[in-house]
Amino acid sequence: MSRTVQKHVKKAGKKTAAGKKGREEKPKAAPAALVKPVAAVSGRRKGKDDEKRRSETAATKTAAAEAAAAEAAPAAEEPQNAAEVMAKKQREISVSEFFLKNRHLLGFDNARKALLTTVKEAVDNSLDACEEAGILPEVIVELIQVAENRFRVVITDNGPGIVKAQIPKVFAKLLYGSKFHRLRMSRGQQGIGISAAGMYGQLTTGVSTKITSKIGPKKKAHYYELQIDTRKNEPHIVKDNEVNWDQHHGTRVEIELEATYQRGRQSVDEYIQACAIANPHVTFRYRLWLLPKEEKPAPVAEGQVAAPETRNPKPETPNPEPDWIVFERGTKLLPFQPKEIKPHPHGIELGMLMQLLKNSRARNVRSFLHTEFSRVSDRAAVEICQRAGLEPTSRPSNVAFRESENLYKAIAETKLMNPPLDCISPIGEEQILAGLKKEVQASYYDAVTRAPSVYRGNPFQIELGIAYTTPGQPKGTERKASSAERGGEGQTAEEPIRLLRFANRVPLLYQQGACSISKAVVGVDWKNYGLSQPRGQLPMGPLTLFVHMASVWVPFTSESKEAIASYDEIIRELTLGLQELGRRLSVFLSRRRRDLEAQRKRDYIQLYLPHLALGLKQILSLNDKEEHKIITKLKTMLERTHLQT
Amino acid sequence: MKKTKPVDTQPAAGAAPRVISKKDAAKRIDEVAVEVHTDIIRKSRKPEMRFPIRSLSNVKYDPKKGYFEMIGKEATRTLTYNTVKTFAQSVRLLATTKNDLLLKDDIAGKREVYYNAKSWGECRFDEQPESDSLLDDMEAMLGVNREQLGYIPEERGGEVTGPLMVIDRDPATHEEIRINCAKLGTGAWSIPSQVEHLKFETKAKFVLAVETSSLFQRLVHHRYYETAHCILISMSGVPTRACRRFIRRLADDQGLPVLAFTDGDPYGYGNIYRTLKVGSGQSAHINRFFCVPQVHYLGVTPQDIIDYDLEDATHPLEDVDIKRAQDALKNDPFIRHYPEWQKAIEQMLKMGVRIEQQAFAKHGLNYVLEKYLPDKLKKKTFLP
Repeated sequence: MSRTVQKHVKKAGKKTAAGKKGREEKPKAAPAALVKPVAAVSGRRKGKDDEKRRSETAATKTAAAEAAAAEAAPAAEEPQNAAEVMAKKQREISVSEFFLKNRHLLGFDNARKALLTTVKEAVDNSLDACEEAGILPEVIVELIQVAENRFRVVITDNGPGIVKAQIPKVFAKLLYGSKFHRLRMSRGQQGIGISAAGMYGQLTTGVSTKITSKIGPKKKAHYYELQIDTRKNEPHIVKDNEVNWDQHHGTRVEIELEATYQRGRQSVDEYIQACAIANPHVTFRYRLWLLPKEEKPAPVAEGQVAAPETRNPKPETPNPEPDWIVFERGTKLLPFQPKEIKPHPHGIELGMLMQLLKNSRARNVRSFLHTEFSRVSDRAAVEICQRAGLEPTSRPSNVAFRESENLYKAIAETKLMNPPLDCISPIGEEQILAGLKKEVQASYYDAVTRAPSVYRGNPFQIELGIAYTTPGQPKGTERKASSAERGGEGQTAEEPIRLLRFANRVPLLYQQGACSISKAVVGVDWKNYGLSQPRGQLPMGPLTLFVHMASVWVPFTSESKEAIASYDEIIRELTLGLQELGRRLSVFLSRRRRDLEAQRKRDYIQLYLPHLALGLKQILSLNDKEEHKIITKLKTMLERTHLQT
Repeated sequence: MKKTKPVDTQPAAGAAPRVISKKDAAKRIDEVAVEVHTDIIRKSRKPEMRFPIRSLSNVKYDPKKGYFEMIGKEATRTLTYNTVKTFAQSVRLLATTKNDLLLKDDIAGKREVYYNAKSWGECRFDEQPESDSLLDDMEAMLGVNREQLGYIPEERGGEVTGPLMVIDRDPATHEEIRINCAKLGTGAWSIPSQVEHLKFETKAKFVLAVETSSLFQRLVHHRYYETAHCILISMSGVPTRACRRFIRRLADDQGLPVLAFTDGDPYGYGNIYRTLKVGSGQSAHINRFFCVPQVHYLGVTPQDIIDYDLEDATHPLEDVDIKRAQDALKNDPFIRHYPEWQKAIEQMLKMGVRIEQQAFAKHGLNYVLEKYLPDKLKKKTFLP
């Protein structure tokens, strides 16, 4: 489901594009209408606490159980038509019901992850929008705890803003926006989007999603409070205002949701830091405003629009207003905007091929193949048709199921040029280094951007970075006083390395074990490169390893988009890249070992030479100058023999 | 140390260690230091210290000389990364010896040296064996025995009883003091650490050096020294340098034969008796002074076990005994020189037993002084 959903926040600036998009969306909503409409769960859920939500879930479960019981019953009772009995049980699944049952698919498994997912969706949208509009992104993330298990998440960006008419749909309609035909590298592949987060908030707290957006310095900002009509999957506008906002353009999203915060791994802190590494062109401002142990009212008025710096804490605020943690950008270079490409025939599924055939405006199969796909020359199109036993002149929409299967096979058997590789926008070695250097304190940095490659017709590119912290030095993320607030901690030689995984610049924090990146890292023999490595595990050492896969289509293992699937081509590229880094690291490590050994010897010698000189001084009644000369000469002599080989 | 001539060129057996004045000893330290200093500053090369290797592998036995003599193997300690600490410690030890002992006419025990060096910071000794070893190195390097440098041994040098007049001096007034070792009641006279200045008067016929003090006390208790006209000396294990030097001076001075009476085991033969007679590998550089070439071995020999019906008063040899015996047969130049000793040790190994001095008590507490000793002295079946 979420695969096909692509919020087009970025398109919002172009009215025409947005309109076209809207049309394209229509088919997408269809699956939800498959089932008979029976309103099982009410759409209105305002102001309900989580208790209510839980009982609701329970009710849904009970209904399901009853249905199962009823299915088994009829045979025993009376010869009523089974289909009729079943028909009574068949009803439309509301979006909210589906959502609650499948929250794990969307990244809302638990209260802690919900917080991260919400931040992640909003930040992803902000970054995609800024980059597409050519704006150096500045994203402000604020987490305000309003009750023990309740947070207000406020994300503000300096992006292009969203035109008024689009705001409700973008933020309060699920399955709105698509990249069905659009093969273009973007973050947006992650999750089903900000509206899911808004809905989660609405379902768990009842509070509306609040949007402020401004598209130009001369315009006023629009302020919306939105609810999702969970039955119809339509936005319900609670409030619609024009407000003043001192920012030239940008969007501010405020979602209140049931959530918990926990420091450390897989925290928002870690996510933002990882983001800052992979996106060195972005400045993040982040702060976490927790309640003291006793519950207190929210420190900030809801929906208040203000630049975070000017925000005034209420006088009764029990917890002092925390400082902003600023992840300053390390470069002013925006990533190169990736090109949109047509799908490569080798990367396509049968179902998708059939869909394409049905929707194509091409007159015949031959031109269909040529125009809808990349790297299919006219000659190759004819070859495919022959192989499939199809007339090249038949109409695409007339190609029947059987024939489309043949066509699919024929495509797979035909040798085709690899897809164009310039559609990927790698971070680049320099930028990776910039990101690592600004966020990870280390004594050695390195980065590799591999040449693009292809798996199943999809171009992809692997990038790797490494930051080695010399043991005993200030480590981890210590860069500013505020660093204590950040994810990532001091590393030692006895701990596994810190592995940072990214897909299209988005950090992957969950399911590390299932990810092909981890598999590739584990599969490399790091002992060859001077790191210890327990069998079948990550290597050990004060090392931060950065691995990024950029692709028009990142193959995730599941809808939760947390781990990259293991394709041989991907593993191979990863392994080659890791080995390249490993070789260079081992050079550094062995040089460092030599240096350390030399330093140790130097220190040892210098510890005792003064004693030797002192002894001679005492016996021969030398003066201080002569004593010093002995030390100097001996030091030179010994270091020449023992330290330079 | 480098290129320093040996201090003494082959003194005749029995000669006293050349007495070196404190000033001369200090001068020898200066020579070493100058050598090191010259290497560093003038010759721009890593300084070295050379000293004789102190082990059995560096000695030979010449019966004409009567003691273990060094065969000239030298160890060189060049200043390197690995030796820098020891080298620095050696130099500091030389400095302390010169400035604190020789020039101030002071004395120090080995353990005091160890503690004194605690003020050297990272150059300090972690354990006393480290400082002991450097002290021995220094002694060998300078060719001056450590007593002359002002280092006094910790342990006492043994005890003496018998018809002997020892003429000592008051340490402060240098007034003569006469000690009659026959009139010490139930006690005995302790051998001081410095014996070079002692003079003797005696009418005894020989000296009997005994390993254990319990047997020594039995002999004293029954005034055996009167019966046998001998001077009794208790060594309490391996005799100290002072004890060896005392016996040597006494024997040389008065022309007395010396007999040793120890346990009948490899330690008694190879360590106690051999060290008394010819010195040790460890202090090879000073053996010529600290040896008693005229000593002979009275017992207990393995043959004595049979002759005096003591088979049931023995103990089986332990692994360490066997190893020590085999080692002596193989590596000890003294044992290897005397077939009699080889025979005795081989006999002991064959019998597989050792015997203690006190074993004679099997035949009665005083059997040892009433029967065994007179019998042996009469038969003169001594081992060399």
